[in-house]
Amino acid sequence: MLRSGVIAKKVGMTRLFMDDGKQVPVTVLQLDKLQVVAQRTPERDGYAAVQLGAGAARAKRTSQAMRGHFAAAKVEPKRKIAEFRVDPENLIEVGEEITANHYFEGQFVDVSGTSIGKGFAGAMKRHNFRGLRASHGVSISHRSHGSTGQCQDPGRVFKGKKMAGQMGAVRVTTQNLQVVRTDADRGLIMVKGAVPGSKGGWVTINDAVKKPMPDNVILPAALKSDAAAAAQAAEEAAEAAAAEAEAAAAGAAEAEQAALEAAEAKAKLDKVAEAEAAEAGTAKSNEAERKDGEE
Amino acid sequence: MDLIAELEAEQVAALGKSIPDFKAGDTVRVGYKVTEGTRTRVQNYEGVCIARKNGEGIAGSFTVRKISFGEGVERVFPLHSTNIDSITVVRRGRVRRAKLYYLRSRRGKSARIAEDSAYKPKSEA
Repeated sequence: MLRSGVIAKKVGMTRLFMDDGKQVPVTVLQLDKLQVVAQRTPERDGYAAVQLGAGAARAKRTSQAMRGHFAAAKVEPKRKIAEFRVDPENLIEVGEEITANHYFEGQFVDVSGTSIGKGFAGAMKRHNFRGLRASHGVSISHRSHGSTGQCQDPGRVFKGKKMAGQMGAVRVTTQNLQVVRTDADRGLIMVKGAVPGSKGGWVTINDAVKKPMPDNVILPAALKSDAAAAAQAAEEAAEAAAAEAEAAAAGAAEAEQAALEAAEAKAKLDKVAEAEAAEAGTAKSNEAERKDGEE
Repeated sequence: MDLIAELEAEQVAALGKSIPDFKAGDTVRVGYKVTEGTRTRVQNYEGVCIARKNGEGIAGSFTVRKISFGEGVERVFPLHSTNIDSITVVRRGRVRRAKLYYLRSRRGKSARIAEDSAYKPKSEA
């Protein structure tokens, strides 16, 4: 059931007012020319995955090797590339474009991105340490971390000890964010809550790993070609329906015409009969007159 | 216009709220929808608007202060909340500050606000 995720650009945050009066803080994520650039197959690579590319890069700014890679997939040069492990039956054809209705409203997703860098931060900011006291003999080390271990035994600082250092600018995944709204026309996915990274940063969205896979997800993915095919099918169906309606209308018109003609013919017949009857009548009366004269 | 501003403008248009022109110092009556069990009714809340925040956009809000049973009560309403049934301006006040937080430390006579008798409605631009 493992299916592809998507690469999205973080646009920013806003709020949505729901009909029940609740307001929901949402992060707007945008899919930008998201296409499959390559496939990884179990036969060739030993695992199944799709490589997606998003955004637009200038060909001049793209390295020769990557230009060749994009040319092989017959796609425009991409700004961001990421691979998503999928089940072999959920592989997507190279060149297919994924749309925003890949996720449905209410679904839970995990969003990964590079968090905003905070630089070299002390232990208080980085690990929420308490620092040292303001008085009672503390001298110019109010924000230090204090002791880092024991004594001669073990005689070293344990690995992974929380200390000052680089904070942020690491890959962070926020799990179980709910999709509030999607907009396939503009390629927008709105998820409830915050997402790692700054505005304009790239993030990847996956189905939530800690929730059961919903039944109504689109497999292998919501593709633009499928949407186009569906739209065409709908159009054709509409056309067929229109043609049928026209045919029915034509049939009805024909029937009406026939009925009219029949009525006319009947009227003609009636007239003829009438005329004959009248003629007969006059003949009779003439005869009677003649009889009168003879008498 | 960037995408976020566009989305917010769209949402403001979709909500279609008619928000009267009011500012801090005005006395307003807010009809707020309250759901009790299954039925919904509109509860009026009248008081002095002591602050407008974050403009006219989707994030805009305003604070209304009133004295209820001798106790000062403040409520913050989102400007475009779907729970707001109506906003009516009861009285225009003349104040010289955008935020009237000084009213919190005042009671009675000194907490009065002069009426703006020469109020000119904002021209519809």
